[in-house]
Amino acid sequence: MTKAPVTRRSFIKITALAGGGMVVAFNVDDLFAQRGGGPGGPGGPQAMAFVKFTPEGKVIIVGKNPEVGQGVKTELPMIIADELDVDWRSVVVEQADADQAKYGQQLAAGSFTTPQNWTPMRQVGAAVRQMFIAAAAARWNVPATELTTTPDVTAQGGARVQHAASKRTASYLELAGEAAKLPVPALATVPLKDPKDYKIIGKPTAGVDTPAVVTGKPIFSIDFTLPGMLYAVYQKAPVFGAKVATANVDEIKKLPGVKDAFVLEGGTDLTTLLPGVAIVADSWYQANQARKQLKVTWADHPTKAQSSAGFQAKADELGKAALAQPQGQAPQGATGWRKDGDVAAALAQPGVKTVEANYMYPFIPHAPLEPENCAAQLKDGKLELWAPTQMPGPALGVAANASGLPQTAITLHIMKTGGGFGRRLTNDFVAEATAIAKQMSPTPIKLLWTREDDMAHEFYRPAGYHYMKGGVDANGKLIAWRDHHVTFGPPSGPQRYAGFANINGAQEFPARFVQNYEFGDSIIGALGVPVGALRAPGSNAFSFVFQSFLDELAHAAGKDPMQFKLDVLANEAYPPPQQGGGFNAQRMIGVMKLVAEKSEWGKKKLPKGTAMGVAFQFSHQGYFAEVAQVTVDAQKRIKVDKVWVAGDIGSQVINPLHAENLVQGGVVDGISHMFQEITIVDGAAVQTNFNNNPLIRMSQAPPVEAHWVKSNNNPTGLGEPSLPPVLPAVANAIFAATGTRVRSMPLSKHGFRWA
Amino acid sequence: MPFTLNVNGKATTVDVPGDMPLLWVLRDVLSLKGTKFGCGIGACGACTVHLRGRAVRSCSTPVSTVGNAAITTIEGLSANGNHPLQIAWQQLDVPQCGYCQSGQIMSAAALLATNPKPSDADINRAMDGNLCRCGTYVRIRAAIHQAARGPVRDTQTASARGAAE
Repeated sequence: MTKAPVTRRSFIKITALAGGGMVVAFNVDDLFAQRGGGPGGPGGPQAMAFVKFTPEGKVIIVGKNPEVGQGVKTELPMIIADELDVDWRSVVVEQADADQAKYGQQLAAGSFTTPQNWTPMRQVGAAVRQMFIAAAAARWNVPATELTTTPDVTAQGGARVQHAASKRTASYLELAGEAAKLPVPALATVPLKDPKDYKIIGKPTAGVDTPAVVTGKPIFSIDFTLPGMLYAVYQKAPVFGAKVATANVDEIKKLPGVKDAFVLEGGTDLTTLLPGVAIVADSWYQANQARKQLKVTWADHPTKAQSSAGFQAKADELGKAALAQPQGQAPQGATGWRKDGDVAAALAQPGVKTVEANYMYPFIPHAPLEPENCAAQLKDGKLELWAPTQMPGPALGVAANASGLPQTAITLHIMKTGGGFGRRLTNDFVAEATAIAKQMSPTPIKLLWTREDDMAHEFYRPAGYHYMKGGVDANGKLIAWRDHHVTFGPPSGPQRYAGFANINGAQEFPARFVQNYEFGDSIIGALGVPVGALRAPGSNAFSFVFQSFLDELAHAAGKDPMQFKLDVLANEAYPPPQQGGGFNAQRMIGVMKLVAEKSEWGKKKLPKGTAMGVAFQFSHQGYFAEVAQVTVDAQKRIKVDKVWVAGDIGSQVINPLHAENLVQGGVVDGISHMFQEITIVDGAAVQTNFNNNPLIRMSQAPPVEAHWVKSNNNPTGLGEPSLPPVLPAVANAIFAATGTRVRSMPLSKHGFRWA
Repeated sequence: MPFTLNVNGKATTVDVPGDMPLLWVLRDVLSLKGTKFGCGIGACGACTVHLRGRAVRSCSTPVSTVGNAAITTIEGLSANGNHPLQIAWQQLDVPQCGYCQSGQIMSAAALLATNPKPSDADINRAMDGNLCRCGTYVRIRAAIHQAARGPVRDTQTASARGAAE
């Protein structure tokens, strides 16, 4: 490695600690410049104290983003530690508080963490290593180029700098005091390791919280307590947003342990504080027991007549009317529409086989296993929150609104959470805890929801309805594709796809890969049901529809579905959008070929009732192809025998141990989606708990085999992209095994159940 | 009213209503937070503890029904976190979010106590009451088999602040 140029600007602060330690803080502006994920929040860019060397010789590395099971609390520090060249066993990971001015974007969303942080985290580690080298070079009066570093768990600070010629060596900690006085390298020019020299990145690495998890240490948000803390429950209306008309709060106040009961006015925004009744007691059990005596009448609400059945009827009306027209008419201002060629003319050609089908997917919940909770204390004009949130930055804004305090008076501790899946992107529980803490000030409170609260007040993956038409020519080539999508949303305005604005038919494969393509939509109207992003938003629904319909067309063409899909992938008809970042067919062909090989697609003789299905999906910058083998018996009992996965998330799989876990979990979660539904009746959710919205269990979960294509691209995220293609892969396998085409979920609606 | 419970080998007296579920006595009276709340109706298994060595759902077990029967929670499963299942769970790095895992381990420990070499079908029967929302079932199954076989270690580890002490 060469010596890097030096500048003061890159570092704001290097502080020598009493007793010989050191804290290195970076300017967040420099770190995230031109990469997205830069600073936000009040106060402007500040120093981020990423790496600390304790006088005891440990290396403390800050985990900046919320940990929800996706493994970032381990992964990001791994990246820093590798470039810092310390022994991983010397590292202690510390969770950052919410402070985007200090840490840049802190979120658990969109599989963004890896692509946003891959280069900045490497630069952090490499720059600090450079400082130790410079300190040793000065101390020994030798050129920096003659110095090397070696990880060493026995060395203070987890590593040593060595000068081979003179056989001199010093631990990082020994050099810390001198390093702290030196000018420091410019981040952008710090040399980074050759990937072949990685010692931590790419190696199977256990989660840093795993020892605490398996011994039951109180590390989750729900476990957090404060001295003198009271516990709260919050009752909202079954019809989302309905106001409290009357509530017997005076009777509730007399019940055992109850300290207070009160109505919160709330607003109409479904994502923040809704009207309801809070009960605060000495223990959560007492608060929840008191709730059983609560009598509330709810005010009339304009969405009380909404229902799943009504949505379906309206969607059928809109979808069929649209498809009856030879071509769609994009409403003024519509952005999601696409029209290539002429679908109607293509389908009218002689010899063309036309397939028409209506697809539907229901509302489903995230249902993270740790129910929503938040601890809060408002005291002396300051608010402190302990929140299991995927969006700490916006949570500060929500808390500011609910408390009337400026964000600078709010401290938010990012808590380890029992699952996210997108549920904790919305900070409604933070708003509730803040409002209750304000009422109870200065006493600290902890709000905890029941599972019934959760199922009734989710931000459900929105239902959607697709009216499809497609055609193959006499040679079996896909020549036309049309989807009229019926969804929810404001009648006008930017967000036409409720809950998943980041995907639409203008980009979704086979857009650009078929000569005649049309995607249009209709909006049912304002939705009274809260909806939001569920793991792999957009893709988790579109993949089922598009990859199943592609399978239908393969069968209509009389072709093997794997070959048919490879043929479509090989036939790019229109160029990618100019802004780039789009779909790369060659990467998808790579994973399709790998999954065909690993699953021995078409090579095995399978018994009657057993068959394979294949699907692929480009989701959150990841390329995934999946084959499911499914057995269905005469009683329509389903067993998913096995799923093979091939994924391409770039040149590095940073922590292969957790990556495999995430792939397996994504596949199992996707299969679980196929048996779930939240039904809306009279403006409210019908399902209440895991007994009537069943999640997948041990005996139903298949073995999942994960394989990687390492391509020459920067690493991308893995929280989401393994999930979507398993739904159509299973649905396509069910068709191959039984001849029954599943076009809507849950599967139980078609008489299927688990074996 | 007062109840004297036998929790993790220690007699402990608590003064709580008789219908209070054991889960909330453990978590909020005795500060044993390893046992988790997930559904409150015995449908998810996050609250699994041992009662007389058998796996039960503590959210649906009124404290008045427990008597002086031995209760074991995840905190009392082993002296130093070295139960074969806890070791296997770490070696395979089973958890994602981790929230269900103490319940999973307690169900698995009750299984191994009576069936030291369980088959896949035995595992299905013993573990079907424990939901894992992250879908780590593949690894849970592998970890139970590994604990039954005996351990190996092949992963690199670091600790998190608050996790080690």
